[in-house]
Parts: sequence; structure tokens; C-alpha cells
Amino acid sequence: MHPVRKRRLTIVIFLLAGLGIAVGLTVYAFRQNINLFYDPTAIMDGEAPHNVVIRAGGMVEDNSVVREPNSLKVRFRVTDFKSTVPMEYDGILPDLFAEGQGVVATGRLRDDGVFVADSVLAKHDENYMPPEVAKSLKKKTGDDAAAEAVKTVVTE
Amino acid sequence: MIPEFGHFALILALMLATLLALVPLAGSITRRPDLQAFARPLASGQFVFVAIAFGCLAWAFVTDDFSVAYVANNSNSLLPWYYKFSAVWGSHEGSLLLWILILTAWTVAVAIFSRRLPTELVSLVLSIMGMISVAFLLFILITSNPFTRLLPNVPADGADLNPLLQDFGLVIHPPMLYMGYVGFSVAFAFSIAALINGRMDGAWARWSRPWTTVAWCFLSLGIALGSWWAYYELGWGGWWFWDPVENASVLPWLAGTALMHSLAVTEKRGVFKSWTVLLAIVTFSLSLLGTFLVRSGVLTSVHAFAADPARGKFLIGVLAVTIIGSLTLYAFRAPVVHARVRYGSLSREIFLLLNNVLLMAAMLLVLVGTLYPLVLDYLGAGSLSVGKPFFDLTFSPVAIAVALLLGAGVFSRWKRTDGGWLGRQLLWPAAISLVLAVIVPLWLGHLEPWAFAGCFAAAWVSVATFRDLWARSASRQGRWTGLRRLTRSYYGMVLGHLGVAVVMAGATVVTNYGVERDVRMVPGETVEMSGLTFHFDSLRHRQGPNYSAEQGRFVITREGEPVTTLYPEKRVYAVQRNVMTEAGIDGGLFRDLFVALGEPVGDDAWAVRIQYKPLVRWVWLGAIFMALGGALAIADRRYRMRVTRESPETAKQEPSSPEAVTGGVS
Repeated sequence: MHPVRKRRLTIVIFLLAGLGIAVGLTVYAFRQNINLFYDPTAIMDGEAPHNVVIRAGGMVEDNSVVREPNSLKVRFRVTDFKSTVPMEYDGILPDLFAEGQGVVATGRLRDDGVFVADSVLAKHDENYMPPEVAKSLKKKTGDDAAAEAVKTVVTE
Repeated sequence: MIPEFGHFALILALMLATLLALVPLAGSITRRPDLQAFARPLASGQFVFVAIAFGCLAWAFVTDDFSVAYVANNSNSLLPWYYKFSAVWGSHEGSLLLWILILTAWTVAVAIFSRRLPTELVSLVLSIMGMISVAFLLFILITSNPFTRLLPNVPADGADLNPLLQDFGLVIHPPMLYMGYVGFSVAFAFSIAALINGRMDGAWARWSRPWTTVAWCFLSLGIALGSWWAYYELGWGGWWFWDPVENASVLPWLAGTALMHSLAVTEKRGVFKSWTVLLAIVTFSLSLLGTFLVRSGVLTSVHAFAADPARGKFLIGVLAVTIIGSLTLYAFRAPVVHARVRYGSLSREIFLLLNNVLLMAAMLLVLVGTLYPLVLDYLGAGSLSVGKPFFDLTFSPVAIAVALLLGAGVFSRWKRTDGGWLGRQLLWPAAISLVLAVIVPLWLGHLEPWAFAGCFAAAWVSVATFRDLWARSASRQGRWTGLRRLTRSYYGMVLGHLGVAVVMAGATVVTNYGVERDVRMVPGETVEMSGLTFHFDSLRHRQGPNYSAEQGRFVITREGEPVTTLYPEKRVYAVQRNVMTEAGIDGGLFRDLFVALGEPVGDDAWAVRIQYKPLVRWVWLGAIFMALGGALAIADRRYRMRVTRESPETAKQEPSSPEAVTGGVS
């Protein structure tokens, strides 16, 4: 083969190999590491799979937070003002976690319908909630107050 | 009046930037040196006016001018003066102003340090940078003016700077990061200029290299600072979250690393020219993408600013024009540049090509993981997230592959490397690394596949680097003379590669052997972990300048001997009623002890997070090594000496003395 063509071929092969590595790893990792978001209504309607890592979010219902006396285990309910999902978490809650705040939790839905969270995210100031939560709340209530609340995020 | 001056200065800067974008370009097309000569003064003028605008905003902050909306939203009279100053870039508008300030500063730097370059080229480069600054000045003036007043209802006091940002790390993190992001615009401008005038030779690569390296150093430091800040300020002791915004900074870093290495080949051997140009375009586009991701509010993250759709649209417009424009130019002009240099299939060229392939593969992985959820969401196909497990799983093998390649690559020679010789060189490093990769994990606890792989990769890179240093410094006049004879850029390379090893070692060990426990503790209680006793001694109330805090006192002992005392805090900031966790950290070269107060859980009890983090500091130390390596490489004498244009033919004929062979890679 002509040396120039040969060299081009090597380069092309290398590039394809790199692309192949990237695609292969991505596909492999995507099979199990993508977490879908469900709102409480979807979970209550049985749309969410059980015992698979998913994300769920909404507002923490007022007067729903209960702590266990001798551990860090905490129970609370998350609502989209239409349906409510009970959640359980063992660990330290974020600083901004509070009743009436928007949260997004990552975890699994147990067969008894309780969402067991591995991590809970609450975001930065009282005006703000995670976009997924705001969107689903807006869908549910048609309420512009929720949309209004989303508008301000002032952090870096 | 001062804020109006600032606004006016920005408008003037836009005028000058527009002239800078047009006049020298016209001069270059019509070949009129008188028009080209406008480039340098216009670049300086643009910088001066942006600096004035920046100064005006800073002045408004320092003097508590709450009639300026941006100041009112991001400052407070109680804030210490240094945070008032850093609050200038604490939110969207001001951080864009900083972005532009740094861009114009880079432009002036190019104008000053390129006296030896042909005026035609410099004016073209400056003109391209002027175009970028036109786009961003328009953006700031149209969608994000920091000087907007709140009249006539001037608030009595400001809404305070977000407490997360009231921290030294955050004072310098954004400027560092932006220096990196924006610095890649120089390599971009050089590449576009080379595409336009069709002169793409060794000299072009030599000019672009130091600029790229400087930008890369800043970006490395900026990323490390961000990680360090997240570690101690976000309160939970993680040092990397694969947060989309972190990814946005890693993307240009990966592409920039590839670009540095590819520029080395282009400078030394005059090959891969088209690829290098493409990489320069990609790197800067990724910088713009990072800016877009962070600034447009499409992300849920700590970095998300107010989501104003106009801003997102403008930025994506800039991004689209840049990418489409430069790629179109590339498509038409790139085939013009040709090289007739030969190299074998086992040569340094090929090793560096592979390095580029792997780095770009890593970049693609991160890019896909970051953009996939956004694209899906935009198409209305559902909301999903791609988290840490995805990135850990995909990025780690590629990173290890890069390290393995690196160890072999440092021994390779330009043009052709003898396979058998290379194998003999690698025998000892392989053996030593293998032993280390088994001993270190066993010593730390237990052997695991990932720990083994990570330790092997780190050991492999460092042993190979030292082996190469040893071989190259051999000299008949003695070791010392040999060491002194090696170039600065070679030492830069050594340091940079050691930095890679240090980061890998740190990341591997802290990930696999870090211990973390969340416990419920009452003052007086004691917890045992990793051979240490953590005693929650007491809790007291403390008043800071603009916050009040609950401060815990933790006495840590090992078998009765005191190790340290930590004072983690839970702060409530007065103005916004924000709660912040200040962790108590005992830092050390080999391990960090980390105690953070979670929340009160009733009956005087607190949720407490206790962590033992071995080698966590190495992650940032490695980044410092890399940046120092880069600094050494650009201090190399050859960037200050030869002035004349060099064709690839002369580059090819350079003797294969150690200097010529090694000087290139940094």
C-alpha cells in the first residue's frame, strides 16, 4: 500500500477505535446507570418500576417528617398536591431540607410502596425548587405560583 | 454616576471591539498594512474600557451602592470588604463581565507578546478575538447589564452574597477557571487565522503552544480549586460529583490536554496539522459550551443562575455561529495544509496520536453523559439523570488506559522506535508497578480490582517517568551535568506527568479506602473509626460577623494519644437565613480527618458525618504539579529565542539529540 494511504488508514483505524471505546462504554453504562424521574402521581399510578434506582421529587408535606429516636432514620411524605409518596431515608439530610420545600430523592421503590432514598437533594433558597419538581407541579396544578417559584436561583 | 460611567465604558468597548473585529480583517483581505496596524491599539483600547467598566462595578460593590440592582442582589453592608469585591463575580452579570475582562486581557497579552510575529498574522488573530468579544459584549449589554439601577426605590440594604460564595476558594476559583476557558480562545484565533491565510507551519504551532499551555495551567488550577472548595465548603467531603457544571469544565480540559500534545507533534514534526486545528476549534467550542451550560440555566446544579430564556438563546446562537463558522472554514481550507513527513507505526507520533484518541474518547463519554439528559428533556422524552456511577464506570477505564499509554510513550522516539528496545525499557517499570499495585492496597486494607488498576497506573506513570529521566540525564561529565543539560520543557513534561500519577493515586486510594460514617451523637458521646476515637466534647454558640453558629468541639485521639481537635460549625447567615455547614477538617499529606455537623435530631443529639480520607489532598496536589509543569514548559528558552519562520522541513532535520526528541512534549 502507498505509505500515505497506509498512514491515513492507521489514523482512521485509531479514531474508529477511540470512538468504539467511547460508544461501547457508554452503551454498557447506560444500561444500568440512568435514573428516570417520576413524580408522586406517576408512582401512585403504578408507572414507576419497583426495586430499580429511580428519582422522585415533589414538596415535602407539612407535618410529615418523623425521626426515629435512636438512629438517623427519618420518614417523610413527598407530594405534588395530587398524590403523596411516603419516603424513608437513613443519613444526614441536606441543610435546606424542610417541610414545604422541594426535594429530589434518588432511591428505590419498595414493594410496600415506600420510597427508600439513598440520597436526598434540596436546593438552594426558599424560592427555588429543582426544575423537574416545578415542571411536574405546574402540570398538576396549572398553578403559576409554582412556575413563579422556579424562576429564581441565585447561586453559584 | 459611577455605574453610568461603567455602562458607558462597556458601550465604548463594544464599539472598539467591533472596529477590532472588522478593520484588521479588512486590512488582511486587502493587504493594507495601514489597516492591519489598527489591531494593537484597538485591542488595548478595548481592554482599557472593559477594565473601567469592571472597576466601576467593583466600586459600586465596595461603596455599597444598593441602587444598582446587581449589587443589591449580591451584597450587603455587613459583608467583609474582600467578599464585597469578589461578589462582583458572584452571580450571572458580573461573572460575564469578568469573562470579558479576561478575554480582553488575553487579547492585549497577544498584542504585546507577539511583537516578533508578522503583523499580518497578529492583526488577523486579534481581529478574531475581537469578534468573540463583540459577541460577549453584546450579550452582556442586551441581556445581562450589571449596571441596571433600582430607582427610585433604593433598598436600604442588600440581599447578601450567597454564603456558599463567602469563601476564599470561591474568590479565586472563577477567575482561574475563566483564565483557562478564555485562554483557549488564543489557540482558536491562531488556528482560524492559519486557516484563513493558509500558512500552517512549525512556527504557527510554536506560537500557539505557549498560549495553550498557559490556558491549560489555569484551567487545571481552576478545576482543582473548584473541587477543593466543594470538598470543604459544600460540607460533605466529596471532591468530585460529576455534576454537569464540573463536567463543563472538564470537557475543555480534556480537549485542551489533547491539543497540547498534538501541538507538540505539529511543532516538532510538522504532522497532524489539520487535526491540531480541529482540536483547537473543538477545545474553544467546548469552553463556549461550558459557558452556555453554566450561564443559560439549563442545569439543575449548584452553579445554576437565574434562568432567563433570552440568555440561553443568545449563548446557543454564539455557540452555533462559532462552531458552524469555524468548521465550515475548516472544511474548505484544511485540505490545503499538507505534510510530507514519514513516521513509523511504532513512533512517538503514533503514541501521541493514541493519546489524543483516548483523551477525545474520554471527552466524548463525559459529553454524552452530560448532554444526553438535557437533549432528552428538551425533546420531551422524559426526565432522567446520568449520575456518578455512569461516569465512574466509563471514565475510569479510559483514564487508566491513558496512563498505561503515557508510561510507554515517554520512552518512544520520533519517527521510529525499536519495539524490542521499548519492551526492555518497560520491563522494570512494569515489574516495580506490579509490586507496588499489590503491596499498597494490601497495606491499606484489601486488594480490589479497581484499586489495583489505579495504583498500577499511577506507579507505572511515575516509575516510567523517573526511568526516562534517569536515562536521559546520563552524561560523561556526571549526573549533575546531565540533569542540568535537560531542557525546561522536558522538566515541565516530567512534572506534568508526575501530576497525573499523583492525581490517579489520590483518586484511587481515597475512593477505595476512604471511610465515611453518619452517626447520631449527643455531646459527650464517642465513636471509633479507622483506629481513631472521635469524642464529641461539647457544643457552643458563636457569633460571626454576618452569621451565628453552633460550634461543636471534637477531640480525636489514637489509643489515648491526642491527634487533633476539630470545630465543625452549623451557621445561619443573618440576611438570607441560609444554613451552612462548615466542616472541621484536619488536613495532612497522607490523610484528612473530616467532621461535619448535620442537623439537630432532637434531645441534644446531632447527626454527625465522620470521614477518614486517605491521600485526598493528592488529587489537588497533582493538579498543582501539572500547572507547575506547564509553567516550566513555557519558560523554555526556545520560545524566547528563534524569531524566524521555520518550515517543517527544517524541523524535520533537527538532530535526534535528547533535546530535540523530548523537548516537544509537555
